[in-house]
Amino acid sequence: MTAVASELKQTPLNDAHRKMGGRMVDFGGWDMPVQYPAGTIAEHLRTRTHAGLFDVSHMGEIDVTGPESIQFINRLTSNDASKLIDGQAQYSALTTPQGTVIDDLLVYRFASDRFMLVVNAGTTEKDWDWILAHRGDESVELKNVSADYCQLALQGPDALNILQGLTSTALAEIKYYHFTEGQVDGTDAIISRTGYTGEDGFEVYATAGKAEQIWNRMLEEGAYGSPEGVLPCGLAARNTLRLEAGMALYGHEIDETTTLLEANLGWICKLNKGDFIGRDVLAKQKEEGVTRRLVGFEVTERGIARDGQDVLIDGARAGTVTSGSPAPYLKKNIGMAYVPTEFAKEGQEIQINVRGKLTGAEIVKVPFYKREK
Amino acid sequence: MANVPEDLHYSKDHEWVRVDGDVATVGITDYAQNSLGDVVYVELPKADEQFNANESFGSVESVKAVSEVFSPVSGAVVEAHESLGDDPEKVNTDPYGEGWMIRIKMSNPGEVDSLLTAAEYEDFTKAETE
Repeated sequence: MTAVASELKQTPLNDAHRKMGGRMVDFGGWDMPVQYPAGTIAEHLRTRTHAGLFDVSHMGEIDVTGPESIQFINRLTSNDASKLIDGQAQYSALTTPQGTVIDDLLVYRFASDRFMLVVNAGTTEKDWDWILAHRGDESVELKNVSADYCQLALQGPDALNILQGLTSTALAEIKYYHFTEGQVDGTDAIISRTGYTGEDGFEVYATAGKAEQIWNRMLEEGAYGSPEGVLPCGLAARNTLRLEAGMALYGHEIDETTTLLEANLGWICKLNKGDFIGRDVLAKQKEEGVTRRLVGFEVTERGIARDGQDVLIDGARAGTVTSGSPAPYLKKNIGMAYVPTEFAKEGQEIQINVRGKLTGAEIVKVPFYKREK
Repeated sequence: MANVPEDLHYSKDHEWVRVDGDVATVGITDYAQNSLGDVVYVELPKADEQFNANESFGSVESVKAVSEVFSPVSGAVVEAHESLGDDPEKVNTDPYGEGWMIRIKMSNPGEVDSLLTAAEYEDFTKAETE
């Protein structure tokens, strides 16, 4: 499936990526940089040690407003939006009646009657259709505002200092998974202390027209070009960073065939909050236990596990690798996979069928990487 | 712009061949290493293994992808560059030098004539990028 570049959707930073030597690929219908000239390993390591800047403008944003926004969101998602306070964000999921996953998302609460849902790029249209198809009688207004926003993720231990140079908002006062409305380089922005790398950092939402200006100012403020300066990072580094941090990627660890409980996302299943789509199935599954579970593994022999490869236990096929990759910071080959629950324990030896070669691996604790706080 | 040394022969699978008598040294081109990205793992054959032209003799893995490498010529491996096991990044930093992969004793040295010249390979990669 190779679409012509001109048919692909572009973020407002498309020209900037090309100018900086980003290698562009088709990512779920979007023309996105998979890496810049520094390379995936350098981008990954710089994000862990200093800072990385990611264009995530392809993500979708949906505004939910109206007096019954909480009821509406709580009926469609698994986490409990009624627990949010103004200026707080929550990881959650849109669920099917089977307890499987339409998408994972962030729910932002601006006010009791004003929310924003941030969804994955490749699923934005599907999510939007799903949300419209599941409108009930709650008094809400829904708006797909994905094209209005750019979203830049500045991640890493230096992210706060860099961003602080571009805003008068006191960033240190924003707690993890909280956000505030302020200005970045003179432009109105939502400044959110969230990310997908396992590092401290911020995600900044602003009007699409200001994307390149803010991007360039972040690079400048982050001393891009110096040995310890910020590096622009492509999708490959975004993937290896989230994998080391043990975070699920939609279409890999979770999709419409996996339930939240199987994916170890029971912590976003608030079964006692009231009814929501798929609640009964998830409650039953919680009571009876799941038959398979998502685990993390480390390859113990030479070889790199890749997405889609078979997992074998005691010589028999037992599951599938959902994500497999070298882990640039840990300098190991790691992955995640579904295995039968009885084997889903640390220390369990498994094998991965790496293109015909059975390669030893061991189930380990997730996250693989946890930053020091 | 990718580096394409004049004195080498090239395959459409992006391998290069340096001929010295009946021994051919084989590696992947600058264009190939650049497309792959950071190489983290190289799998090579053992000495004496036989390969036909265009047969896969090993693989190169970057962070994001696996790519097979094909022998542009037929023959038996006289030496595999085993130190790439510890320093796979040499494939990125010095693809035509320290990044070489195997030396093969050619059973049919005439096969070299059907490979691309530097100029032909350059045109070939340009066409692929466009």
